[in-house]
Amino acid sequence: MAILNEEQEMLRDMAREWTKNEHPVGAWRKVRDAGEPFDAAAWGAMGEMGWAGIVIPEEHGGTDFGWLSLGLVIEELGKSLAASPLIASALAASAIVLGGSEEQKAEYLPRLATGELIGTLAFDEGPRHTGLTVSTSVHDGRLTGTKAFVHEASRADLFVVLARDGVYLVEKGKGIALSKRVMADLRDHAEVDFNDVRAQKLPGGGGELAQKILDRARVLTAAEMLGMCQAVFDTTLDYLKQRVQFNQVLSSFQALQHRMADLYTELEMTRSAVEGGLQAIDSGFAVTEAAALAKARANAALNLISREGVQLHGGIGMTDEYDVGFYLKRARVLEAAWGSSSHLRDLYATLKAY
Amino acid sequence: MAGVAAPDAQKTDSAGDLDAFREEARAFLSANFPPELRGKNNILSSVEEAGEESPAEKAWRVAVGEKGWGTPTWPSEYGGGGLTRKQARALEEEMAKVGAWNPIGGMGVMMLGPTLLEFASEEQKHEHIPPICKGEVRWCQGYSEPNAGSDLANLQTMAEDKGDHYLVNGQKTWTSGGQWADKCFCLVRTSRADKHKGISFLLIDMHAPGVEVKPIKMISGMSPFCETFFTDVQVPKENLVGEEGQGWTIGKKLLQHERTNLSGGGALAALNAQPLHKVAERYIGLDENGKLADAELRVKIADFEMRWSAFLLTARRAMEESKAAGGVSDISSILKKAGTRLGQERAELMIEIMGFRGLGGEGEGFEEKELSGTRAWLFGKATTIYGGSTEIQNNIIAKRILGMLDHQ
Repeated sequence: MAILNEEQEMLRDMAREWTKNEHPVGAWRKVRDAGEPFDAAAWGAMGEMGWAGIVIPEEHGGTDFGWLSLGLVIEELGKSLAASPLIASALAASAIVLGGSEEQKAEYLPRLATGELIGTLAFDEGPRHTGLTVSTSVHDGRLTGTKAFVHEASRADLFVVLARDGVYLVEKGKGIALSKRVMADLRDHAEVDFNDVRAQKLPGGGGELAQKILDRARVLTAAEMLGMCQAVFDTTLDYLKQRVQFNQVLSSFQALQHRMADLYTELEMTRSAVEGGLQAIDSGFAVTEAAALAKARANAALNLISREGVQLHGGIGMTDEYDVGFYLKRARVLEAAWGSSSHLRDLYATLKAY
Repeated sequence: MAGVAAPDAQKTDSAGDLDAFREEARAFLSANFPPELRGKNNILSSVEEAGEESPAEKAWRVAVGEKGWGTPTWPSEYGGGGLTRKQARALEEEMAKVGAWNPIGGMGVMMLGPTLLEFASEEQKHEHIPPICKGEVRWCQGYSEPNAGSDLANLQTMAEDKGDHYLVNGQKTWTSGGQWADKCFCLVRTSRADKHKGISFLLIDMHAPGVEVKPIKMISGMSPFCETFFTDVQVPKENLVGEEGQGWTIGKKLLQHERTNLSGGGALAALNAQPLHKVAERYIGLDENGKLADAELRVKIADFEMRWSAFLLTARRAMEESKAAGGVSDISSILKKAGTRLGQERAELMIEIMGFRGLGGEGEGFEEKELSGTRAWLFGKATTIYGGSTEIQNNIIAKRILGMLDHQ
C-alpha cells in the first residue's frame, strides 16, 4: 500500500467499512436477481459520501482529493463487486475537467459531483479496443455513429463520445438507441447508436484529450481489478485454511502454499503498478506509460488469480452459491476493456520507440 | 570534528550542521581520493576475483578506513564513522559527485559487522569490528555443508569442547571467496542432542593449521565458491559469539542481513545495464515502421520490461513501507524471489536477442561485454539457489506472511 495522507486513510477506511457492512457481494446478488443495472440507493449513498466528486475541483462542487484517493475507493468497491456507475461517471467528469469550456464545466460538473447526473464514455466501436481511431463523425454540431459495449449506458444522462475530430458531449434523448448487451458479468453494457444527435465539442485539452481520458479509464479499471484480485486471493486463502481433506487443512499442503506464494507475489507487484498509475495521474508525469503498465499488470494478475481462485476452491467454486465465480466472469470483461494484454504490450513498446 | 562525541545515527541534525559536514566531506575527498580511481570497482566486494591492490587503491582504503567512513553509521568507538543517517547520505552524494566509491566492503561489512554489533561481547567487538572498518580482514561465511543446504540446521561440522579451545572437524561448502579469506564466521555443532539448539556461532582463522580450501569450478568457468575442510582445527574459546547453542538464532539474524543485500539479487546487474530493447535495437534492428524486426521478441521484451518496472516500483514501495512502519514490511519477502527470477529471465532474453554472440565463451569474435554476459547468465543461476532458494522463500511467504500451516 502506498503511503497515504490522513485524508486518504480516512477515505479508504470509510469505503472499506461501507462496502463491508452496507454493500458486500450479497448486494450485487440482489441487484442481479432484480435485473437492475445497479443499486440506486447505494449510488445515492456514494453521492452523499462525495465519491462521485473526488476528481472534480472544489469550485465545481467536488473535493479534488485526487486520483490515488479515487483509486482507493474503487479498489474497495471492486472487492465486493459493487455495481455502480462510479468509474464511468468519474471518467466522464474528468473528460470535462480536462477539456470542457467554463460553461460546460459549470453546466455538468456540479451535478456529476453529487451523483445526480450519470455520465459514461462511448469510445470503442467494436468488440476489441484497438486505439483511438473511430468512424463516428460530426457535421454542423450533429453526431452520428455506433458505439459498442458502452458501460453503464442504460441509466447514463451524458455520453462522452469519441469522434474523428475530437471528443463530444451528448445528452441522452431523441436519436439515441440503446441495445442491451448482456455479457458474462451480467452488468450494464449496451450498444449505443447515435443518429444525427446534437453534440457539443470539448474544446480544451489539445490533441491529447482522448488519450488522457483513455489513460484514466485504464488506471481506474485497473484499480477495480486490483480490488478483485485482493478479494479472490483473500477468499481463497481463507478457504484453504478451513477446508479439510486427508485429515488436514488444505493450507498445510506445500503444493498449495507455493501457488499461493506465487499469487501473492503477482498481487503485490500489481498493487505497485496500479498505485503507480494513480500517482502518475496526480503528478502528471509519464501518464500514458504508467497507465498501460497498470492495466497490463492488472490484466495478467486478475486473469491468473481468478483462474486459480476457482481451481483452488474445487467444485464448490463453480457453484452460483459461491462468490468466486462472479469474479471470474467480471474479470474477463474488465480485461477486454480499454486494452487487452496484447494491445497494451504493443502500446508500451511503441511508447518506448521499439 | 576530532574530540566531538560520536553522534547517534538516529539523531537528527540541523541543516546548518549538515552543510558543515558536507564541507568536511568535500575537503576529505579532495585531499584523499585519487582521481585515477574514478568509477573503479570495490575489490573487497567482488566475488569474482580478488585482484592485487594498487598503491593508489591501498592509500584510498587506508584513508577511508582511518576515518571510519566506509562503515559510516557504525559507532566510532569500534572504528565506524559514527555518522547520522543524513550525514551518511550526504557523504554518499558527495562521493558520487566526484566519482568516488566506498573501498570498504565484503561480507564483514554486509553481514558479520551488524551481527557482532548485536550479539558479540565488548572484547569481541573491539577485536573484530575495527579491522572490518579498515578493510584489513576478509571474511567468508561457513554455513552450508554437503548435506545442509536448504535444510541448514542439519549441519554436522563438530566443535568439541577441549577446555580452553574447541576442536573443529567437518566440511563446509559454497564458501564464497573462501580462497581469499582471512577469517570465517561459521555455524558449528556443539551438541548433537538438539538439531537447532546444538548449533553455535564460531569465528575461525582461515590461516590456522588444519584448514584447507578447494575452489569449486562452476559452469560459468569461474570459481567464486570453495569447499572448506576443517581437520582438528583448534579455535580459542573467546571466538564463540553469544552463548553455546545460540548459533541458530544469531545465524538466522545474519541471513536477514544477507537477504537485504541480495534482495535485488541477479536483477541488480540489470539495474545499471542498458534496457533490453536498446540491446535488441542493436542486434536485431527496427523495421520500416520503427518496430523491432522480430515481432515475437518485441512482445516478449515489452512484457519483461513492464514486469521489471512493476518490480522496481515494488522494491521502492517496500522501502517506503518499511520506513513508515519502522520495521520490515511484508512485501519485502517477495523481493528476493521476484528480483532473482526477473534477473534470470533477462539473461535468457539477452541470449535470444544476441544469438550466438550472446553465448561467447572466450577469445576472438566477441566483445568483452558479450563474454561477460555469458558468464553473468551462468553465474545468475546461483541467485535463485543461494541465500535461501526460491522454494525456501515460498515457504517463508506461505508461513510467515500468509499464515499457512506447517506441512506434515
